[in-house]
Amino acid sequence: MTAFVVRRLLIAIPTILFLIVLTFTLMELAPGSPFDSERGVPQYVLDNLEAKYGLDRPAWQRLGLYVWNLATDFDFGPSFTYRDRTVNDVIAQGFPITLTYGLLSGLVAMAVGIPLGITAAIKHNTWLDTLAVGFSIGASVLPNFVMAPILVLVFTLWLGWLPGGGWNGGQWNYLILPVVALATSYMASIARLTRSSMLEVLNAPFIRTARAKGLPMRRVILRHALKPAMLPVISYLGPTFAFLLTGSVLIDMFFSTGGIGQFFVAAALGRDYAIIMGVTVLYGVIVVALNLLVDLLYAWIDPKIRYG
Amino acid sequence: MDEATTPVLEIEDLRVSFATGDGTVDAVNGLSLSLEPGGTLAIVGESGSGKSQTAFAVMGLLARNGTATGIVRLQGRDVLTMPEAALNRVRAETVAMVFQDPMTSLNPYMRVGEQMAEVLVLHEGLSKREALARSAAMLDAVRIPDAKGRLRQYPHEFSGGMRQRVMIAMALLCRPALLIADEPTTALDVTVQAQIMDLLADVRSEFGTALLLITHDMGLVAETCERTIVMYGGRVMEQGRTIDVFADPTHPYTRGLLDAVPRLDGDEGELRAIPGEPPDMANLPHGCPFTPRCPLAMDRCGTVQPPLEPCGPLLRACHAPPEAVA
Repeated sequence: MTAFVVRRLLIAIPTILFLIVLTFTLMELAPGSPFDSERGVPQYVLDNLEAKYGLDRPAWQRLGLYVWNLATDFDFGPSFTYRDRTVNDVIAQGFPITLTYGLLSGLVAMAVGIPLGITAAIKHNTWLDTLAVGFSIGASVLPNFVMAPILVLVFTLWLGWLPGGGWNGGQWNYLILPVVALATSYMASIARLTRSSMLEVLNAPFIRTARAKGLPMRRVILRHALKPAMLPVISYLGPTFAFLLTGSVLIDMFFSTGGIGQFFVAAALGRDYAIIMGVTVLYGVIVVALNLLVDLLYAWIDPKIRYG
Repeated sequence: MDEATTPVLEIEDLRVSFATGDGTVDAVNGLSLSLEPGGTLAIVGESGSGKSQTAFAVMGLLARNGTATGIVRLQGRDVLTMPEAALNRVRAETVAMVFQDPMTSLNPYMRVGEQMAEVLVLHEGLSKREALARSAAMLDAVRIPDAKGRLRQYPHEFSGGMRQRVMIAMALLCRPALLIADEPTTALDVTVQAQIMDLLADVRSEFGTALLLITHDMGLVAETCERTIVMYGGRVMEQGRTIDVFADPTHPYTRGLLDAVPRLDGDEGELRAIPGEPPDMANLPHGCPFTPRCPLAMDRCGTVQPPLEPCGPLLRACHAPPEAVA
């Protein structure tokens, strides 16, 4: 098992490198520069700026230097648009915010979705099942960019219960709306996935054996059905959590949370190469880590999977 | 009645039906039987005869769309009307079941020891340690070598025959009065089949368990069971002592089944199969379900269900005269 983890971590290095090269190439190919503007800036000013940020060097040198700084100092370099701030500063400021509401959204989606799916499966073809399926279909057609304005309309403008934006150090009442808006559609997907997978497992012969042993239904579900039923849900949760932890650009924009997504969009529009690259690498690392976690969870659940 | 004479299993006019999209399907139509403690009884029939659904009805394990009516008594207690909690006590303690496919009937995600021990923890209130010790002893009894070490393994580390041994051991943990074996050897190699049947006979005599064997294999029946019920299309065709059924069958279906058994003695040439297809349970004829395939079918067979009546030492349901079945 340890050997497997070490090998997977070693494979992650070329994966991330490839991601860097790909992102770098795409940025090179895209027209425009961070210092383009409507005002005619004198050529010598542009030359000086480019020299300061190293943009006058050939592409391969800049790529090499970037990778070197990252590998040796964990340094993502200076931002091109925020003066006096490095990409590390920007990430340190935005990422904790994103991480907080992303993680919360994921936990909420799981905490509601999994029990909902299990209940629907146990009460298959009853009104409870119909209700749960209807609810989750309704919720899954409400992506966060639709949920967000609806929530703000109801809870901020009409009821006046919750603030419609801002972060305020992550105070609970500022968290509720972004978390609910982001979690809803994932919650629905988790519920539907759990339900169908649980239904399948409950039809398995080994569940019949468990019932024939006189185990109460509750124990049959918890001890025999839950683990295998969670396998497809876990494969879904891996990439989902990667997406949630890196935040939703839309949620960041809509609720002005100050999360990393906001910086990412601004950077893409303003050609802030350093921030684009930094955030992309961060996302890449998270995706790789979560995929590894999913593989380990699989091995933990299914004894037939053994990594050597 | 005291326990010695109370039948371990009594079924009176059992009917099992399923609500499906195409209407109600009757899987079992009026089955009655009685099995004394320690006795052996086989229900024989091909797919769709209702033999497995009979077993599931006894265990209370019918699919959700299934209903069973009639009376099923286990040691005198009616299980069909029993609340789920009481039924859960009866399962494993009074009646246990071994299923057809040992490859899928054990939970692949749990250690064999855990799966066995939980039965004893639940039903007899043993500690985990005691339960594991008893489980090991039981694995030993079904002749699984290195029983203790095997407890820590998962089902995929066992061969098919070994898994069926585990199933049998697990079923016997609480010493049930009745063991239902639903096609226990169908999924196994022929050599392993014989071992499993030997094992069933041994544990039966060791623990005094009654056996209800569900099978399509006439050979198994002849070796194992004192009495036989032949089912077709959810109805009893013939029932009686196995020796009488085999020596002098009075029903054309039983005759067909016996003819379809390959024989090593004699030189009969081709294997004689029963012509036609197993019955379509959603569209049974009004009369005897075997009519479309019966060599002796008469006009009224398709419209009037023959009653189950005594005929010599046997009970049979057939319009044709018994002499015609030769």
